[in-house]
Amino acid sequence: MNLEDVARRAVEAAGDAGATDAEAWAEQATSRRIQVYDGEVESLSDAGGRGVGVRAFVDGRSGYAYGTDLSEAGVAEVAGAARAAADAADPDEHSGLPDECGATPVAGLASPALGDWSTERKVELALAIERAARSRPGVTQVETATYSDAEGSVALANSRGFSAGYDATQAWAYASAFAGEGADLMTGLGVDLGRDPAALDPEAIGGEAADRALALVGARQPESRRCPVVLDAFVAASFIGFIGSMLSADAVQRGRSLFAGKEGDEIADRALVVTDDATDPEGPASAPFDGEGSASRRTPLIGDGRLLTFLFDVRTARRAGRSTTANASRGSYRSPPSVGTTNLVLEPGEHDLEGLFREAGEGLFVTDVAGLHSGVNPVSGTFSVGASGRLIEGGAAGAPVRELTIASDLVSMLKAVREVGSGARWVPFGGSVKAPPILVGEMSVSGA
Amino acid sequence: MTTPGLVEPALAERVLERALARGGDFAELYAEARNGFAISLDDGRVERPQGGRERGACVRVVQGDSTYYGHVDGLAEQDLLRVAESASQALHDEARAPARLSAATPAHGHAIELRPEEVEVERKAAVLRSCEQRARGAAPEVTQVRIGYGENRRQVEVFGSDGRAGADDRTRVRLSAQVVARRDGRVETGTDTRGGHAGWELIAADPEQVAEQAARRALTLLDAVDAPTGRLPVVVGNAFGGVLLHEAVGHGLEADAVQKRASVYAGRLGDQLAEGFVTAYDDGQRPNEWGSDGIDDEGIPTQRTTVLEDGRLTSYLYDLVTARRDGAEPTGNGRRESFRHLPIPRMTNTYFAPGDATPEELIGEIERGLYAVSFGGGQVEPATGDFVFGVSEGYLIEGGRVTSPVRGATLVGNGIDALAAIDGIASDLEIASGYCGKGGQSVPAGVGQPHVRIRELTVGGTA
Repeated sequence: MNLEDVARRAVEAAGDAGATDAEAWAEQATSRRIQVYDGEVESLSDAGGRGVGVRAFVDGRSGYAYGTDLSEAGVAEVAGAARAAADAADPDEHSGLPDECGATPVAGLASPALGDWSTERKVELALAIERAARSRPGVTQVETATYSDAEGSVALANSRGFSAGYDATQAWAYASAFAGEGADLMTGLGVDLGRDPAALDPEAIGGEAADRALALVGARQPESRRCPVVLDAFVAASFIGFIGSMLSADAVQRGRSLFAGKEGDEIADRALVVTDDATDPEGPASAPFDGEGSASRRTPLIGDGRLLTFLFDVRTARRAGRSTTANASRGSYRSPPSVGTTNLVLEPGEHDLEGLFREAGEGLFVTDVAGLHSGVNPVSGTFSVGASGRLIEGGAAGAPVRELTIASDLVSMLKAVREVGSGARWVPFGGSVKAPPILVGEMSVSGA
Repeated sequence: MTTPGLVEPALAERVLERALARGGDFAELYAEARNGFAISLDDGRVERPQGGRERGACVRVVQGDSTYYGHVDGLAEQDLLRVAESASQALHDEARAPARLSAATPAHGHAIELRPEEVEVERKAAVLRSCEQRARGAAPEVTQVRIGYGENRRQVEVFGSDGRAGADDRTRVRLSAQVVARRDGRVETGTDTRGGHAGWELIAADPEQVAEQAARRALTLLDAVDAPTGRLPVVVGNAFGGVLLHEAVGHGLEADAVQKRASVYAGRLGDQLAEGFVTAYDDGQRPNEWGSDGIDDEGIPTQRTTVLEDGRLTSYLYDLVTARRDGAEPTGNGRRESFRHLPIPRMTNTYFAPGDATPEELIGEIERGLYAVSFGGGQVEPATGDFVFGVSEGYLIEGGRVTSPVRGATLVGNGIDALAAIDGIASDLEIASGYCGKGGQSVPAGVGQPHVRIRELTVGGTA
């Protein structure tokens, strides 16, 4: 089955059903997931998925439908449902297909090496991760070591004659390790990702999970204070991901972003340089085109301390009298495109982690935050999130701490960034973000 | 209403036979048809109408502590057999014969008065508009209103190699509102939702109430002062306040976490963890509740499980695999997001049983504390019991009275400590609709409680 054919057929069927314009996104993927526990396979899956989603436009109204039946009749039914759904929408003069579609070649999206790995070798990799975590003295349990990969194809076609597709592969693994027992049990996560399993280092993943848990053993609630705070790469990535979502022109135009009206303004310390880049060969979210067929690109977002641009899709760009930044993102064929980040990249600085501790002097090193998405008010930017990590004492990592919150507001925090560290890494949660650790000059820490 | 079968019993038998062709203690075919529709109103405009139709299946083979599985989009015979074949590949034992299957027995369902898919889309759009109007009418400070409506129907069939054959027909509807209010440069957001395992009738009854409540929350926050910081007595509101029980206790009772010693509640069955007046349930049977089903996603009838009885821990929440491991009876908590996932132990509707105090009595005894009416969300690390909740609507308690609204409050604590510190429960039980994420799977879960007072919790504020 040719996916581009499926997408083109769906576009034609939507036209037959009365759509004035239409677009179809078809997907096909196989994936594997291996979880090991206590030296044994806990679960192993081999799965296949496919589906098509159709966006139908009728005189400025748009409707969406999706389905898993890619037969001629199934595709026609989806197209008809999209056309029918459009009637329920209010017209939107800005909605519609891109005036210009295209594809930017991105090297290495699919690794042929993935196909060379047998299931047995992948199981062995997951087991090696578990062993690496377990072998660290003080680790009491490895809750899971999980390996996953996916091999997928995507095709997009629209009624303006655009039709294109691409293949991509992804492999990732993580482990969750425990140290300590009972009320003093601490957990740590290790993670890595790449285009195929050869890119994953089992020793590093298992070791990271173990080290993160071990570093927290004996953690206590600290006293409340205002102090410099170092966010490790995971935590920095979570914040950058959240800030990226606030730069969506959709959030801005709907009055739901604290950055509304701040384009061009000084919003951050000069050390903070953030780019949205869908063309980075290493980026998990990289692709030749976005969810509505605009050619992928690299968009500087924060530089020189200033907010350089918002992220646009076709509709928000027309409404603002701008050009799309190719940020129409799709979770899958099950959802219509909406504005989103691709890969967010925070430019690294010079100091390594120890250097940031020295700069901080006395403060807090945060290695985990909880409740970021419920704890931040997206419109005002105020936040208070649960955290754990270590104190910074005399310019070095000190006693472990837990059951605390860090609070600030995003605007103050961006301006209070003092240093961006070296050692950037890809973090797959909270979107796709590549970030190093950062030092924030002052935040409010609540504990006992 | 009778449901046409998704998979013929004879085909299910062939699939299970193929799945057990190389051994295995047990095999299962889970088939599902999902139909959904959603529409929203944002920025004054009805938009994003979308419908979806999916069919698919998951086949698993369980051998000892290992599970081999696969899933596929579509229910064609060759797809099902291929998935079964692939799941069997990891095994190297003698073939086992599955039990004979009869047609899947429909579960005792939840009454649906008016099927949502039979309601005209225009009526749904009209509800969105009248909700918006109500929210905007609440005060001139209301600047943004987003109303969302979603419905879905999941027809499910489960066939087990032990002869189990169950079917369930599930319909859910949900209405949600998010309102932004602005005054003098201050911007605040309020939300509310209403959802159930129910038909359009749940939405049709005064839907504007949901929008009004969201607007009221946003407007209240405009007057909010910064939250206090430190250890304070906390009264947690009913309905969505139950997310505290869900996060701080419920996740730790899910048997997969318990068996991996990844729960602070492991080894604590029978222990007195709370005062004698504290009782809590997980109840997947509660009529028309958001987290209710007829059977779980392994074909086990849902039930009401008493997890805390008079303060004692009485049960964990099991799916088939974890129940087998503990030699326990499954409790109907094997749930999955869809046919693309394995079932794991999940809560259904989890709530504290009502006590006999009034909320006013609970508050009246506090000199200085926090009244946390509703949460924006929460998170727990089941292994340690450490939790964090963002308080989306909260007030100071001063001299036994509710005074100023506060913003930016976060509750941080440990489940087992918080449970032991409950020193009062009111009688006003209510349950709210939420989505619960675990292991990459999101399922509808009901959270609830009457007003509950906790002697002391860490409040992280911005003050």
